[in-house]
Amino acid sequence: MSPLAIVRVAGRALVRNKMRSALTSLGIVIGVGAVIAMVAIGEGARRRVEQTFEAMGTNLLVVLPGSATSGGMMGGTGTQATLTWADLAAIRKECKAVAAAAPLLRAGKVVQSEDRNWTTSIVGTSPDYQTIRNWRIARGHAFDDGDVEASAKVVVLGETVVDRLWGPGYDPIGQSVRIQAIPFQVIGVLERKGQSPVGQDYDDTILMPYTTFQTKITAGLGGYVNGAIFVSAVAPDQTERAQDEITNLLRDRHHLLPGADDDFSVRNLSEIAAAQQQGTAILTALLAAIAAVSLLVGGIGIMNIMLVSVTERTREIGVRMAVGARSWDVLAQFLAEALALSLAGGMIGIILGFAAAYEIAAHFHWPFVIHGSVLLISVGFSALVGIVFGFFPARKAARLDPIEALRFE
Amino acid sequence: MSALIELEHVSKVYVSGETEVRALDDVSLAVPAGQFVAVMGASGSGKSTLMNVIGCLDRPTRGIYRLAGRAVGDLPPNELARIRNRLLGFVFQSFNLLPRTSARENVELPLLYSGVSARQRAARALAALDRVGLADRASHTPGQLSGGQQQRVAIARALVNDPKLILADEPTGQLDSHASMDLMRLMQELVRGGITIVLVTHEPDIGHCAERVIAMRDGKVISDAPQVPVKAAA
Repeated sequence: MSPLAIVRVAGRALVRNKMRSALTSLGIVIGVGAVIAMVAIGEGARRRVEQTFEAMGTNLLVVLPGSATSGGMMGGTGTQATLTWADLAAIRKECKAVAAAAPLLRAGKVVQSEDRNWTTSIVGTSPDYQTIRNWRIARGHAFDDGDVEASAKVVVLGETVVDRLWGPGYDPIGQSVRIQAIPFQVIGVLERKGQSPVGQDYDDTILMPYTTFQTKITAGLGGYVNGAIFVSAVAPDQTERAQDEITNLLRDRHHLLPGADDDFSVRNLSEIAAAQQQGTAILTALLAAIAAVSLLVGGIGIMNIMLVSVTERTREIGVRMAVGARSWDVLAQFLAEALALSLAGGMIGIILGFAAAYEIAAHFHWPFVIHGSVLLISVGFSALVGIVFGFFPARKAARLDPIEALRFE
Repeated sequence: MSALIELEHVSKVYVSGETEVRALDDVSLAVPAGQFVAVMGASGSGKSTLMNVIGCLDRPTRGIYRLAGRAVGDLPPNELARIRNRLLGFVFQSFNLLPRTSARENVELPLLYSGVSARQRAARALAALDRVGLADRASHTPGQLSGGQQQRVAIARALVNDPKLILADEPTGQLDSHASMDLMRLMQELVRGGITIVLVTHEPDIGHCAERVIAMRDGKVISDAPQVPVKAAA
């Protein structure tokens, strides 16, 4: 029997029992659909986490000053100024794994346009900050080293601040805003960055040169960085090395004896990102495993129905053998039927699975990610299910004795 | 020219536990091509086993069976399947048509296993249906046909691959007398056209339509005589 004839015969047999075929396939539809949806959802969640951490900055490390202790009370990280501008310069110069370092001075202040005002976070920093945070300018331009040197009264605004002071879509370049009654010229607007992993609005901020910040906003202690130092490592796999280098350098510079506590802390945000990503990866694997179980159940459903079908069609098998079907022809027919059921179910399952994944991704504002490999694996897997679970019933059919089969009531 | 069917001292023994059942006990017979033979006997007389052996569905335990001059007793299963496909046609008591499948597709069934193209299959199936007078029922399913018509479809299926021999196992068992006679007339026509038919029945009326009656009991041939066939009445 030619392959085409086998497919036709199998197809006819399935069409003869439409309802049963549909219900049998349903198990595979659900199984494959669940696997596709779970893998796509997991992949989307992973991408979402990745994007979130990309928004935070690339290869980011944060150096925070130590805690002040007064009367036995530990004041908490950052309550004591221990980082000096010389420390910052040394980190830039001596740590090989550090690509860039920038100060981060922060204060909450009211900022005014001509007719509105808004309280936001004012950040004093250096031009490197935007590189470290992976944060580009949408309109206008950033301040440069010359502005830092001159303590220029220039600011770069986040989109939220633009929205609040003028309204969405307004182009504020060249306008001036007042902070503590001092006018600043708006030279740029930052690209929209969205929310941080903990829901903080990145775009609700104003950047200015740190020198300007020190002279016009808050002075702080002379010689000390009154805030944090943001550092980016040269590569994602260099963050730990950068962390070690900074720690050793600062301990040395602060003359800490071996055994003494650090009077600063270095936070490695890449580690947090990696941990989160591993978490989603485990979750994805778990979901996919559960979905795979339903695919297995679907496969057993096919085997079950095929066994019933072989018993029910014993006479048909007998007739086919009597008119010249070889064992192999019968085996091929029943295998083809099981394969057709599982492949048809697999196709529908892929469509439904993607539809479900798309809906969920849209609902949670995740990126919708399809890997071609998932498609291939699903098709391959449903075919495998058909062959594995179809083989036993098909062999049973092929081994029937035609005389017995014809006599079967 | 040698006979189409030749059995020489053929025995078929079934062993179940301690007991031995001789379904066929030293049967020798020859059927020339173009003969219409009726095999008669009570149930358990061995006539069904004889049919299965002649139909290459079963192998003799002892003895030699030659079909169209070729000893087929020791051929492998796939070769037997080929012989059934090319040389033989089967007609069963319970028709054994595929349900919910058109008459034409039922008739095409043997051609599926002999590598005939789809177009050829359809043409030959229609020709076979025409031979049994059902050309206008080609698209009907068995459920839409009477018992007599279903058995005619089964005969068309047996005819479609131009066999040398048709084996009919109680073909009238589920038909009323009118439909039975109708069917016998069709068979007599086919024999006139050159086909050999071996028919198993226990109804004397049906047996009278053949040219030769072989009677069996306990696995043995107890009588084997030619007769003048009764022309099946309309």
